Formats: sequence, structure tokens, C-alpha cells
Amino acid sequence: MRQRMPNEGDRNEAGIEVCALMKGVVKQDVLALNGDEAVAYAAKQSDVDVVAAYPITPQTIIVEKFSEYVANGEVETEFVCTESEHSALAACLAAAVTGARTFTASASAGLALMHEMLFVTSGCRAPVVMAIANRALSAPLNIHGDHSDTMVERDSGWIQIYVENAQEVYDSIIQAFRIAENQEVLLPVIVGLDGFTLSHTLENVRVFPDDVVKKFVGARQLPEVLTHEGKAVAFKLDPENPMTMGPIALPNYYFEFKRQQEEAMRNALRIIEQVHEEYVQVSGRRYGNGLVDSYCLEGAEIAIVCLGSTAGTVKTVVDELRAEGVKAGLLRIRTFRPLPVQEIIKALENVKAVAVMDRSMSFGGDGGPVFHEIRHVLYDANKHPYVGDYIYGLGGRDTNPNQIRKIYEDLQNIMQTQHVENLISNVGLRE
Amino acid sequence: MTSQEKGWKEISPAGVCWKPSTQFLTGDWKTYKPIRDLEKCTRCLLCVLFCPDGAIHWKPEKGDIEFDYNFCKGCGICANECPTKAIEMKLE
Repeated sequence: MRQRMPNEGDRNEAGIEVCALMKGVVKQDVLALNGDEAVAYAAKQSDVDVVAAYPITPQTIIVEKFSEYVANGEVETEFVCTESEHSALAACLAAAVTGARTFTASASAGLALMHEMLFVTSGCRAPVVMAIANRALSAPLNIHGDHSDTMVERDSGWIQIYVENAQEVYDSIIQAFRIAENQEVLLPVIVGLDGFTLSHTLENVRVFPDDVVKKFVGARQLPEVLTHEGKAVAFKLDPENPMTMGPIALPNYYFEFKRQQEEAMRNALRIIEQVHEEYVQVSGRRYGNGLVDSYCLEGAEIAIVCLGSTAGTVKTVVDELRAEGVKAGLLRIRTFRPLPVQEIIKALENVKAVAVMDRSMSFGGDGGPVFHEIRHVLYDANKHPYVGDYIYGLGGRDTNPNQIRKIYEDLQNIMQTQHVENLISNVGLRE
Repeated sequence: MTSQEKGWKEISPAGVCWKPSTQFLTGDWKTYKPIRDLEKCTRCLLCVLFCPDGAIHWKPEKGDIEFDYNFCKGCGICANECPTKAIEMKLE
């Protein structure tokens, strides 16, 4: 495990004792949890008031586990079984606007059915946290992992965080409540974990004692807003101080509300980083700066950009290549919305050739969504690396180290020939 | 759009209303306006009950009803429901 806890006496590259640097780090137990269970465990510890959900593979274990916590009296959460995902998110939204801390989970077709409510939730500035066990969309029906479900929702006004392993999903769910509820943000958050690869795979997960999480997340704070009566009151639905939220806004006002959401996204860049840093202090675990996570990018000539669990496989290949003297690196985009533009430029502008890995398709869009955005961001860089797109892992297709190695070989060719022969390639596709 | 309309930094988030709905005069949406024939009207008040906008008021002091054209959107339900056909929808 690359992110293992240091042992007593371990020193970092600068020769400083690592344990001395980790004074604030809390002692944590190791549990064997799969990604879904890690999500449920984090939600349980985050003092959630309301969970409304509808089951769907591969998210099933999350709400199943959480309903056990409710049945066993381990949490005081109001658990609402709804008749559809659209209703589940509607219930979460309604709860969230009363000031409740709210959580749900879904995937694939479930998330697609929530589509309308995703926009209502972000538009009402309701800080719902939702875990998505990323899964392919039908047809043909497929229950396995890819990013099609969340990629189509990238413009829905939700923050999107993609995790690499079960430990990170535990950590990210806890952070997500702090980010979503921050008064400068007030946006819902999706934490995406790769279906089955993470959702159903048992890993060692370090967990905090309950009180540490409760303290880290804290009580939900509400900003003040002006009501129709001209009263400054807490931003929540409250019979004592009635207000109307999310009503009609005609051409003379709608645009202004959308601009506010854009501002909240910009603020989120800063808040995600802050919350992550604070979390590093108590957990001892770091995921880059919370926005992007670089691996061996220092002096790298070729790099892969990817999201999610694939980064683990890529790191293994980077280690091998570095041992062979190949200057290979990896940039994992942890936060995809808001897009950390400056961090991406900084990380990639000195690289000569970049392969973007897309685990979804934008049919007819000349490449996948991650490719579009990375290439767009690099337009403003001082130096322009060659960029190619690699569509991979659709419908849960395995992507192995040899295939990753082949991508790096392509990048070496591109660097030598100064030409991107195939702008868009498909990894492991049969002709 | 008028200069009194607020910028995005000034308004509350999530479309929270900063003035009561009575200050949003929606009567200017209408194309047809209900006009009452006082001879035919029996003051049965069915139109008051049917009006979806609450824009027809019973005025006990006058013993009569009154259309509130600031909020009447001209849907014509009152004219349709009137048992004596005392309400006519006229193009504004």
C-alpha cells in the first residue's frame, strides 16, 4: 500500500522523522471494508440526519449497510425508503433545505433518473452528499464500472470527486460534508467510486474513532438570507421564519442565480483544498492537494491523466518505467468539478506528451469528456504538450498494466515523432 | 430589464424571495380581461371560489365582487363557470 501509515523511525526524503511531522494524527483502527462499506461507515460517523435512497447495483451495499445501522440503533438518522431515485433525491433536497445533514447513494440508471432533481438540488443550494458507485449506462444492460453515469452529470452543478481506493472514499465522504455545507460553497457533492473495482473489493481501511469524525464534520452552519418580509434569518425552511426557496425566476433573474452557482464552484476549489489539508493533519493521509494528485510528475516527459481506481494500476507501471529510466508520470484528477484549471496547467505544461484516459464516451464528440477538458485547459499553458485520448474500461472491461505500458510507449513515440498519429484510441477493443 | 433589478452579488441564494408575492404584479400577463355584466350577475360568488389566483374579491361593505386586475392572468375560468354568463373575456 503506497499510502501506508509510517512506522516509528521512518524518515522522509528530506531525512525528517515522518512521525514527528504527524503530531496531530489520530490513532486509527484498521477495518476490512469494501468501498461501499467504507462509504456507509463514513456516513454513519458523519452524524447524518436524513438518508433517503433507492437501491441499485453496485451501490446496493451502501444503503443496505446504512439501514442496518438504523435498525440497530447505531445512528439517529431518519431513513426514508422511496419508490424511485427521483423521489429519493427529492426527499434529500427537502430535508437538506430544512437544515438537515443529508446523504444518499446511487449509480447508473438511478443517477440518470435523478437527472432533473440534480439541477433542482444544486439550484436550491442544498448540500446533499451522494456516493456514486460508478457504473455503465444501458443499453445493452451492464452493471459494471465505468464513468458514463457521472460524466453526463458534470454540468448539473454538483461537485464531483473521484477516488482511487476504499480508504480514499472513506476519507472523501467525511470531507464532502464539510465542503458541501461550507457557507461559501453550499453545493451538493458526488463522490464517485468505481463500481465493483472499489465498491465490492475488500481493502484495509483506517477509520477514526466516532468522536473524531463528529468533531471534524461539526454541526451544520447556515448563512443568513433576507426573506420576503425583509428579515435576516438562517437559510432554511422554518415555519417560524417562512421563506420561499427555488421559485420561478424569469429572464430578468434566472441568469443571476446561475452566476451565483458558478461563483460557489470557484469558491469550492479553495475550500476543497482547505478541508483536505485540515484532514491531512488528523489522518496523516494525503491525496495531492485534494484537487489533483501527482505521481512522479517531477521531471516527467510523458504522463497519463486519469480518474479513479485506474490510477493505482498506472502507478505500478510508472514505478516499473522509472526503474527502466523512462521519465513517466501520472496526474490523477481527484476533483473533476470544479475543474482545477491552474493545477492541471502547472502539472502538465512541462510534460512533452500526455495521454488522457476516458472511461466514458461522448458519442460524436471527438474524444471523451476528460480529454476535452484537459486539452481545453492546456490551450492556456505556456507550453503545449501533445495530447491523445484513450477510451478504456467501458462496461467494466479490465485494463491491465500491459495496456497502460502500451499507452506510455505510444507517448514515447509521439514525443520522438512529434506527431499524434491517433488522436483517439480504444484500449483493449476488439476490431 | 430595469436599473432597479439587483445584480448576482446582491440577491439571496437559491432564488429565495426577497419581497412578498403581492409585490410581483402578475396581472400584466393577461391577453383577455374579464368584464362583468352587472345586470346578469346574481352575486352567487362561484367565480370567487373558482378563480385560481384569488383575484376576485367579495367586498361585504359593497355587497358586491371586484376583479383585482393586478393579479388576474385572464385565464377565463370565471367566465366559463358563471351560471348566468355574466362574464365576458375581452381582448385587452
